[in-house]
Amino acid sequence: MESLIVILVGILVAVATYLILSRTVIRVILGTAVLSHAVHLLILTVGGLKKGDVPLLSQSDGPYTDALPQALILTAIVISFAVTAFVLVLAYRMYGTNGTDDFSKLGGSSDE
Amino acid sequence: MIVELAILLPFIMAAVIPFIYRRFKKVHIGWLVLAVPVVLFSILTTYIPRIVNGQTFTKTYEWIPSFNISFTTYLDGLSMIFSLLITGVGSLVILYSIFYLSTKESLHHFYCYLLLFMGAMLGVVFSDHLMVLYAFWELTSVSSFLLIAFWHHRKASRAGARKAMTITVTGGVAMLAGFLTLYTIAGTFSIRELIADVGIIQEHALFIPAMILVLLGAFTKSAQFPFHIWLPDAMEAPTPVSAYLHSATMVKAGIYLVARMSPVFGGHEVWFWAVAGVGIITLFWGSFNAVRQFDLKALLAYSTVSQLGLIMSLFGLGSAAHALGYSQESLLYTQATFAALFHLINHSTFKGALFMMVGIVDHEVGTRDIRRLGGLMALMPFTFSIAVIGSMSMAGLPPFNGFLSKEMFFTATVDILTLNIFSIESFGLLFPVIAWFASVFTFVYSAIIVGRTFFGKLQPERLEKPPHEAPIGMLIPPFILVAVVVGIFFFPNVLGRNILGPAMKSIYPSFPTKELIVDISPWHFNTALLMTIGVIIVGVLLYRSLPKWRAVYQLFSQKYTLNAYYERIIGFSESKSGWFTRLYMNGNLTYYFIYIYVIFVGIVAGYFVLSDAFVWSPAKDSAIEYYEFILLFIMVFAAVALLFTKGRITAVLLNGVLGYSVAFFFVIFRAPDLALTQLVVESVTTALFLLCFKFLPDLTKENISRAVKFSKATISILVGATVTLIGLTVLHYEKFMPISTYFEDSYNLAGGKNIVNTILGDFRAFDTMLEVVVLFIAGLGIYTLIKLKAKKGETDIEN
Repeated sequence: MESLIVILVGILVAVATYLILSRTVIRVILGTAVLSHAVHLLILTVGGLKKGDVPLLSQSDGPYTDALPQALILTAIVISFAVTAFVLVLAYRMYGTNGTDDFSKLGGSSDE
Repeated sequence: MIVELAILLPFIMAAVIPFIYRRFKKVHIGWLVLAVPVVLFSILTTYIPRIVNGQTFTKTYEWIPSFNISFTTYLDGLSMIFSLLITGVGSLVILYSIFYLSTKESLHHFYCYLLLFMGAMLGVVFSDHLMVLYAFWELTSVSSFLLIAFWHHRKASRAGARKAMTITVTGGVAMLAGFLTLYTIAGTFSIRELIADVGIIQEHALFIPAMILVLLGAFTKSAQFPFHIWLPDAMEAPTPVSAYLHSATMVKAGIYLVARMSPVFGGHEVWFWAVAGVGIITLFWGSFNAVRQFDLKALLAYSTVSQLGLIMSLFGLGSAAHALGYSQESLLYTQATFAALFHLINHSTFKGALFMMVGIVDHEVGTRDIRRLGGLMALMPFTFSIAVIGSMSMAGLPPFNGFLSKEMFFTATVDILTLNIFSIESFGLLFPVIAWFASVFTFVYSAIIVGRTFFGKLQPERLEKPPHEAPIGMLIPPFILVAVVVGIFFFPNVLGRNILGPAMKSIYPSFPTKELIVDISPWHFNTALLMTIGVIIVGVLLYRSLPKWRAVYQLFSQKYTLNAYYERIIGFSESKSGWFTRLYMNGNLTYYFIYIYVIFVGIVAGYFVLSDAFVWSPAKDSAIEYYEFILLFIMVFAAVALLFTKGRITAVLLNGVLGYSVAFFFVIFRAPDLALTQLVVESVTTALFLLCFKFLPDLTKENISRAVKFSKATISILVGATVTLIGLTVLHYEKFMPISTYFEDSYNLAGGKNIVNTILGDFRAFDTMLEVVVLFIAGLGIYTLIKLKAKKGETDIEN
């Protein structure tokens, strides 16, 4: 199981990288979203799968699954949500200011 | 106690000024600032009697004990001279600035920077620890930069500020390297301990490199040849700043360093020739170039360079006594150092007065160009008398203090000929000869200041404003200074015994103080007086015939001046670094991602392959169920489809599929909290995407060539493969025990039965709080991006 998940993570990372390398701003943002999915899965998998019960003391007497990766991922999900929201608004502003959603047409300003 | 207060008080005031500035609408805020140096000066003078008795004051605060860095203050005779100059001239300059700068200027900036400088400069002279001294040293460069660029809408101000900063900071870094070298030699940063260990230091192989590096710092700061080129350009600063930083105090930091370090380095032939040689060259070159200037401030700048060279060369000559050790003969050479300290004070008095005088002329007439000035004597009689006294003192004429120290300088250059070490017999004669010629030029430019400004014909049509005498407030500070100029001439030994003597003790710790004090006599007859008479005769002749020999200056091609070299070096490095930066920072985001990925693959995968770290043990994997297979298949399908989809709605839905599948996996992998969060977040994210689509164009097919597509695909596959290989390798890594067992006791430790929640809410609550901060910042950013519109920039910047 673990190996298959890691291979899935690899595929997701490759897809995310390809999307991030494209010119359109929406594709880039989608790429970052996919990348965070991949990383969350990877952290959970590396922490060990199916080794115990749900980490709730009221539900079982153990052994429990490693709870630390779960806590880390929970933080990561929230932060990646914040970043995605910010980047989406940035894209909105970028399109409004520059009239394009194509990164190759943006090149800094001349008076820098 | 009082010494730390002296360093702290200006900084505190500098921090307070911007806040209380608004309350000072009617009254000039300078009056408040003036209190700082006046108070410090008065307190410091009460210490003079105890310093004369040989007492010193020291106090240590541990700062970074693990790095052997402590904040040690030290008040002795040498730091006393400098601190009196800093606070004394500082008081007069601030009083002057109250009348020089109108309340329309951004005074809170001005006084904030000025106080920063004052604190930093006091820090330099009171620090016993070399690292602390270095920090204050660089802070004086920074505040000088800010003050030169005070009128930052002018291009020349900005250029001058940058030049001063570049040169002094470069020297400062060299000095830092020198200090670190000293530390490796002696194992201490304390100046007093270094002086105690002087025997070990002088034997060490790194002694000469350390000396050269420290000297580089001193020479750049004190505008010694060939680093002097920053000082004339620094004259773009407001005149009070020029009078304070660039003639009386900051440029003397280098001299302070040389004086302070001479017990360590002095006595070596390299030190003698470097300090005395560079000093005497600077003396000549500065005075020679001052004569050609048309701008009065530029003339004073070159004259300052020249006078700093004079003081520097005297310290060099005086270091011969360190080589000989204490004896009746070597006392002769200590007199050079005595003259140096004496001239240090004299120069601050007469040059300060002259700068203020030029400031008055500029302020009342609107120009400093001597080709447009002339005939102001009758219109500005008080200013005229300040100019006469200041210039005559500078030219070395009686009855003013400059005469005394100039005579002692001549005597020192003649006395050094009796020295029989350091190959004096072959080159020693150069000292009196160069000194004499330099003094002739000094006489000529001093005459130009008075003659071309106040005598001759008045040209009212070429002046900006009708000339009239300055307000009394601007006249008082220079009048106090010229009163000191005259006073020192008649009572030089008061100064000698109380101020110069204790400082001599700091420079020659092993000599008895009584014998170091020279009895200065205003009335004397010796070789030096004959030299001065010669200077006056030749100087008058040269001044009279100046139009005839001015053509000498045309002989120097503009292409080969030091300034031209500086400009070329700066221009070259600017254009080359600009070219190199533009090469990779091309403004296209895709390229930046490519750099990141290529470096990631190169370093991570490269090291991975080289170290042959790959391990894969599928046997340890857990079993797999059929529904997990289905979920895996869905995710791979959605991911691949995401690459080929054309519609943006489809793309977002596919991303949603991925997110919900991840949530399912969380359920399977015993992570209910994650699954819940993921479901919520995924839903909101999808909604956000759809909301933004209202404002964004539809996806278009990207027009890119096959080759580009292929290379992007290659990078993506390489990145994916790297992650996979490393992921597989670390899967069953069991070198360390998991730390989670600790958290499993969550009910007893934190009173919660959900372990994940207790980690977030109790064990790692700070992390969670910072996570909330991130959310808050993101929210702020989003709000700002949506609400705020860019303002139209004001463009009063000259380029």
